[in-house]
Amino acid sequence: MIRDTGPGTGIDVDAVVEASIAAGEATIADLDTDEIVARPPRSPFRIAVHRFMKHRLALVSALVVALLGLMAVFAPIVAPADPNAVDLSSLRTAPSAGHLLGTDSAGRDVLSRIIYGARVSLTVGIAAAISAAGLGTVLGLIAGFTRGWVDTIIMRIVDIFLSFPSLIVILLLVAILGPSVSTIVVVIALFEWPTSCRIVRQMTLALREHDFVLAARASGSSNLRIMRRHILSGVMSPLTVVTTLLSAQAILLEAALSFLGLGVRQPQASWGGMLNEAQSITVLEGLPWLWLPPGIAIAATVLAINFIGDGLRDAFDPRQTR
Amino acid sequence: MAAAPQDATTAPLLSVSDLHVTFHGDEASVRAVRGVTWDIRPGEVLGIVGESGSGKSVSVSSILGLLPSPPAVVSGGPVTFQGRDLLGMSERELRAIRGKEIAMIFQDPMTAFNPVQTIGRQIAEAIRVHDGSVSRAAARDRSIRLLDMVGVPSPRARFSQFPHEYSGGMRQRAMIAMAIANGPKLLIADEPTTALDVTIQAQILELLEVVREETHAATILITHDLGVIAEVADRVLVMYAGKVVESTTILPLFQSPRHPYTLGLLGSLPRLDARMDTLFSIPGQPPDMARVTRGCAFAPRCSLSRGRAECREREPELRPAGVGWSACHFIDEMEQAARKVSGEVGMDIRVGGE
Repeated sequence: MIRDTGPGTGIDVDAVVEASIAAGEATIADLDTDEIVARPPRSPFRIAVHRFMKHRLALVSALVVALLGLMAVFAPIVAPADPNAVDLSSLRTAPSAGHLLGTDSAGRDVLSRIIYGARVSLTVGIAAAISAAGLGTVLGLIAGFTRGWVDTIIMRIVDIFLSFPSLIVILLLVAILGPSVSTIVVVIALFEWPTSCRIVRQMTLALREHDFVLAARASGSSNLRIMRRHILSGVMSPLTVVTTLLSAQAILLEAALSFLGLGVRQPQASWGGMLNEAQSITVLEGLPWLWLPPGIAIAATVLAINFIGDGLRDAFDPRQTR
Repeated sequence: MAAAPQDATTAPLLSVSDLHVTFHGDEASVRAVRGVTWDIRPGEVLGIVGESGSGKSVSVSSILGLLPSPPAVVSGGPVTFQGRDLLGMSERELRAIRGKEIAMIFQDPMTAFNPVQTIGRQIAEAIRVHDGSVSRAAARDRSIRLLDMVGVPSPRARFSQFPHEYSGGMRQRAMIAMAIANGPKLLIADEPTTALDVTIQAQILELLEVVREETHAATILITHDLGVIAEVADRVLVMYAGKVVESTTILPLFQSPRHPYTLGLLGSLPRLDARMDTLFSIPGQPPDMARVTRGCAFAPRCSLSRGRAECREREPELRPAGVGWSACHFIDEMEQAARKVSGEVGMDIRVGGE
């Protein structure tokens, strides 16, 4: 705008400067008016939701998992047939109009069993991951906040759990306790909590050194209150990511247990259990409808949950500003 | 040896006697506070000045039990607040005092607020910590009134904003609002203006003054800035190496300092009221607090000591000097020392002279 501000150009430099200062003041003053103040505050949660929505793959995955969830909840309405109804007149029939994904060796409708199997997988996945995260969070908070010998004891227990070959011990425990959905949830949670415990402890150690924790103490907050108000909220985002990934792991573990025959009891449908029935070479070669659908169901669910975890991690990442 | 109150008619609100704080490390123990004694009366503003590491913040944090232990060990005492010894209190009893009877204002309001929670929620929380019977709505109303009182514009909208949406000065105002939320009898402001630029500093000091008039709370102002002290304090403690080296009321400190360290501080203070040729600098380094042995801690840097055996051998006690107290062996030679420093900077460093 001003190409030459030298003497004799007729432009009053001081006036220009003053005008721009005035303009600057105007914008600063504007910032304090209610107009701008009134817009919804950009809370960290809103920012995270916004970022997650932009993550295509995670969003699609979330839809897939949501659909799976609905399917599991409304299985009696969605499923075309009773998953446990044995039909000896049609054993191992190929997919047809009557049985969209064919029938298994007992003449049961494969599609219906897939739909009912989602109940087991999702229940185990979610329940195990949440119990593991809950236990891990409580112990991680205690370890990180109190430090000292309490921390040492908890972390050595974590080390012990993480150094076990978990599948073998889980197999042993299930064999002793007897297979059922609740046993599987408990046993899987028992081996998954150390992961979340480590992360929560790490975050707690970092968060407790912040000035706002000291400020909270100086204003009379108890340790319990500080943990609840300040530490837990800071731990929440990485914890959400980890819990999501743990639930994918739990689903895989449940499938493995059922495949090995130590999952839910027959005839209850579960994806791993369906794979168990498809162990022979003849089935693998000639009857793909017996193993392909449960295999795809497991892979797709685990993949989708992992994508959601990725999306959440990106959404919570403070270094990303979008 | 106590810095006796000039006005004996009012009982002190808080009185600290012979307070020691030691941090125990693996290799050495750091004696951060080495026996300080002072008191503050209701409604008074007590300034504590000293350089970094002189023990000013540590001594007040230790009173409220805010130092991590280990490594900190607080000894000596008693520290009497309204007739009760703070050092002997359980954590539960201390919690009832923190934020309710004695509140703190921190140096950096950016880090003293949780960045992921709204300012309003944090102020309301400070209210509800001490009185669970206050409803959320009532705490909210009170917080908005507090924000209004400390001069935060459109407090209703500001209530639900996050710390990053506040400017530095506004955040410090909110911090003050949080500190006075429960009507404390004593406010401890730990370098409340250090993180702010100069124009905002003046506003915050003014606000502290207003707050004091409204709440009648006594204030301890910790700073390394003599200019800030001059503006608001009634009485001043000068700390060096974990000890009080001079204790006096505000005017005598500037008119006739009674300790060579205070002289050095005054000489190094840029002034607008007279022409200065140069600023005085105190030679040497602050002492290593892990290796303070015997003698006067200031002796190696002192313009008065000049290697005299007295200073090296014996640690000076606080004793009456003028209207205040000073911990120097050679209080009588202060006049001549002041002239020497004044000669170096080219003006009389004492405000208004003797």
